Amino acid sequence: MKSILRITVFVLITLVLILSIVPPIVETPKNFFEFPLIPGLEDKAKIIFFHVPTAWLTVIAYLIAMLYGIRFLKTKDIYNDMKSVSSAALGIVFCFLATLTGSVWAKFTWGSFWHWDPRETSIFILLLIYGAYFALRSALDNEEKRARLSAIYSILAFLTTPFFIFIMPRLMIGLHPGALEIDPTTGQVKASSNPVIKFEMAENMRVVFFLSLTAFTLLFFWLWNLSYRVLRLKYKLQTEMQES
Amino acid sequence: MKKAYYIFHKDFSSELRMRFALNALIMFVVVSLSTILFAIGSEKATENVYAGMMWVVVFFSAMSGLSRTFVSEEERGTNLILSLIAHPVNIFLGKFLFNLVLIFFINTIIAILYLTLFSGFVIQNWYSFILAFVLGNIGIATSSTIIAAIIAKANVKGTLYPVLAFPILLPVILMLIEITKSAMVGESISEVQSEFFVLLSYDVVMLTASLMVFDIIWKD
Repeated sequence: MKSILRITVFVLITLVLILSIVPPIVETPKNFFEFPLIPGLEDKAKIIFFHVPTAWLTVIAYLIAMLYGIRFLKTKDIYNDMKSVSSAALGIVFCFLATLTGSVWAKFTWGSFWHWDPRETSIFILLLIYGAYFALRSALDNEEKRARLSAIYSILAFLTTPFFIFIMPRLMIGLHPGALEIDPTTGQVKASSNPVIKFEMAENMRVVFFLSLTAFTLLFFWLWNLSYRVLRLKYKLQTEMQES
Repeated sequence: MKKAYYIFHKDFSSELRMRFALNALIMFVVVSLSTILFAIGSEKATENVYAGMMWVVVFFSAMSGLSRTFVSEEERGTNLILSLIAHPVNIFLGKFLFNLVLIFFINTIIAILYLTLFSGFVIQNWYSFILAFVLGNIGIATSSTIIAAIIAKANVKGTLYPVLAFPILLPVILMLIEITKSAMVGESISEVQSEFFVLLSYDVVMLTASLMVFDIIWKD
């Protein structure tokens, strides 16, 4: 029963890997196993199946860390804090992965690894928030105080993330879909014309995309459960050793 | 509310007598501005650089001065007495008021020095600049007060403060840089309307959240 999640994750990730890498990109797709060609992106379009899920999980992991932080503040139950930390620890991994995949994509599509595009800034800020969260945790040695203060910090930092993730990328000129653009003919700033923003993805690509999103989300929950259990066992072992 | 004022008054008069933060802060501002002056020299920088540099100085002077409010209570061991006489909300409001006055004073000095020392820094739309200045100072004071309360409980206080405060203060700093740039070019307020909305909502959100979480931080 317990291994159902593990097997599902394994099957889904394998499926996503095959479905996202194998189908060729052709100008006029005839059957289901051919992706349409997007001018300017070509084969590089496939990285979207890995870049977007990691970026999505960065935010989800942080949200979970904060929710369990709040739960800790309500119940004072140290296990909630462990759930919160293990989610944040996974979040930092996904944050690195999102930065890395985005950076590689940017190099081959926009020309260099880093542009300070508003969305690149926001993932960088998230990385800083995660870093600050763990720096704060290591500076507090009392267990209860550490859990309490880091929960509060995660709430405060979470309040600023909507500005980075939802507001700024739409206010400023940038390269990601959804940001403002400069019209090449008139030189005026205009709203985004990128087709991705209205989800004009090809039918079969959309299927793979959402499959990948589900697969990575399940992978995250599996890893989260695993690392939480490790932390819990460590804690129990420690208290047992102290008692004996 | 009256107690909040008393706490503010206590901090304010002890600051006037001892000048713990003030002298060091003014020297900090002078030192950092002269470093920028040496670096730029007689060259002409763009609006971007001037606007960015100004708020960098503001950020780091806030980081060096505003943590004292709670750290000093913790060091002298007076926080227990403080929690005996006043409700946490009042303590926060008093400390927030003190930081607000301090940051207004320091930032006014920074702005005046900046305007006189850098010939390339010319504000054309004063309304926009002053409105942003006021809203920005409120935002900076709120966030740095609540982070100072967290930091007072930690082991390494000095280095951790800017690390924790930077991601939280960044929306304000970025918006302030944008508005200052537009004020230097002479655009009207309506051009940077959305930036003002972000600043205003940030102030409201952070102040409300700080008031809500402060008593969890304060009670050991």
